[in-house]
Amino acid sequence: MTFSAELENRFAKLLNSYPPGRQRSAVIPMLLYAQDEVGSVTPELIEEVARRTGVTPLQVDEVVGYYSMLHKKPLGKYHVQICTNISCLLRGGMELWEHACKKVGVGHKEVTADGQISLEEVECIGACSWAPAIQVNYDFHHQVTPEKLDRLLDGLRKIH
Amino acid sequence: MLYNEPHPLETKVLTRRFGLENSASIDTYLATDGYRAFEKAAGMKPEQIIDEMKISNLRGRGGAGFPAGMKWSFVPRTSPKPKYIVVNADESEPGTCKDRLLMENDPHQLIEGTLIAGLAVDAHAGYIYIRGEYRYLIEIVDKAIAEAYARGYLGKNIRGTGFDFDLYTHTGAGAYECGEESALLESLEGKRGIPRIRPPFPAVSGAFQCPTILNNVETYCAVPAIIRDGGAAFAALGIPKAGGTKLTCLTGHVNRPGVYELKLGFPVKTMIEEVGGGILGGKKLKAFIPGGSSCPVLTAAEVEGLTMDYDAMAKAKTMLGSGGVVIMHEDTCMVKAALRIMRFYAHESCGWCIPCREGTTWIRKLLQRFHDGMGQRSDIALIGDLAKNMLGKTFCPLGDAAALPTISIVEKFYHEFEDHLNGKPCPHEEAGRLVTA
Repeated sequence: MTFSAELENRFAKLLNSYPPGRQRSAVIPMLLYAQDEVGSVTPELIEEVARRTGVTPLQVDEVVGYYSMLHKKPLGKYHVQICTNISCLLRGGMELWEHACKKVGVGHKEVTADGQISLEEVECIGACSWAPAIQVNYDFHHQVTPEKLDRLLDGLRKIH
Repeated sequence: MLYNEPHPLETKVLTRRFGLENSASIDTYLATDGYRAFEKAAGMKPEQIIDEMKISNLRGRGGAGFPAGMKWSFVPRTSPKPKYIVVNADESEPGTCKDRLLMENDPHQLIEGTLIAGLAVDAHAGYIYIRGEYRYLIEIVDKAIAEAYARGYLGKNIRGTGFDFDLYTHTGAGAYECGEESALLESLEGKRGIPRIRPPFPAVSGAFQCPTILNNVETYCAVPAIIRDGGAAFAALGIPKAGGTKLTCLTGHVNRPGVYELKLGFPVKTMIEEVGGGILGGKKLKAFIPGGSSCPVLTAAEVEGLTMDYDAMAKAKTMLGSGGVVIMHEDTCMVKAALRIMRFYAHESCGWCIPCREGTTWIRKLLQRFHDGMGQRSDIALIGDLAKNMLGKTFCPLGDAAALPTISIVEKFYHEFEDHLNGKPCPHEEAGRLVTA
């Protein structure tokens, strides 16, 4: 597989970060960074990461199902993750989640037909004192109200 | 930069640079005593560093509260194997959002803490394991690491001391379980985050089966202050057996949620009323979680006279935990709170130990049924029994983390379960739902 120069640089740096013979350590970071570029963890990506880290494809595949940020199906271009864990729940996280499902017209881990937006109800994202909080891809948004979420979602739809 | 308005009752030691212009840059750090503690430590014997750590009474800030100096002393310095410093930045205990601020506002303080740990145990490499969701923090910490290399505070022969140290960030990919130290080490080695059997503990066999110091971000961030000003000065900030300050995340039904640095032993009432500005909407306190959702829940009556420290919380049969305080007011449905907490643990159970894998899922189903008004009286005891069946029967503390809050909610808020019996709708949902946004 071919990747961007930036990703190749990151891979090279990662493979040099661990003691000799311990390149398996790079498997999870490589999968996550590659997924950001490729869109999902494809069978080809699993083979490629296995080859570069010197482990079997099965050893790569077995971590994919374990880590919730790794996924084999493509998500939307904008992956909207809404936290409903206890601190967000107490500040309106569940209402925000229900509002988002209605507004976008898809449910948990589903993608809009145009592939632009996907939704996920997520566990604690570490923004508890600024609840309710969401992440769009890696960007945090704090103290989100339904109105704020509407503006954000409308903005995302306009970008594409 | 993410940080809330400071409060006059705070004691700013670890957070003292928050709010300074370019607080994350090495220039700001150096202009405010940065890396002075490293230079001091480089002139000390390793055992002197560990002694200062012991004198400081610093206890691990990740949740378990184990004395950090003692943990460091368990590393066999003379072992022929390489030693490693690992930072647990997998902050994911619900209610906890403090390590994020430490890395965002002052990453060099963390780097300096790892350097001093390296000096103490003769380690020459370190890994900062940062949860995958915190991508922007990985970028901030990577930038700080690059600055430190460029200015000679990382790499070979650091500042002419003859000490070599390399430091790397390592991203997680979404797994609460990897905040548990042995699961974190498995994950760092590129595997599923399944906990290891201990002993041996990480001090003897940790990263890559080598002796390892593994502490939370906040623990390392306290180290520069301890070495710079002396362990005794740090200890004096807190109370006997628990030195220093604790970053406390006020969350839930409170007027001024935020992360505040408070002396160990700070009164809970003052923390809620003054630092947090009181309960949202002037309502009454119903339930209090001191340090993340895995702690047993306290009632308003139990909070009276209580202070924020390890031993006081242990006496109240709960834990200081990670500092993730969750405040719930009188309109909160405790069945729903228990359900949401259990949903989390059922989602995060790695499935390795059967009592946890099965227990969390069955309790989640029972609680869901209860909250939907389909519960039976016998289910109340069953929930408690299933939870007790997980206690102490798992390799890692996740089983306990799921069981403890559940047992406490069933015991202390039994009547709320009864209120949901016989098809009755949730009384709190009728009264305007759980939420007061």
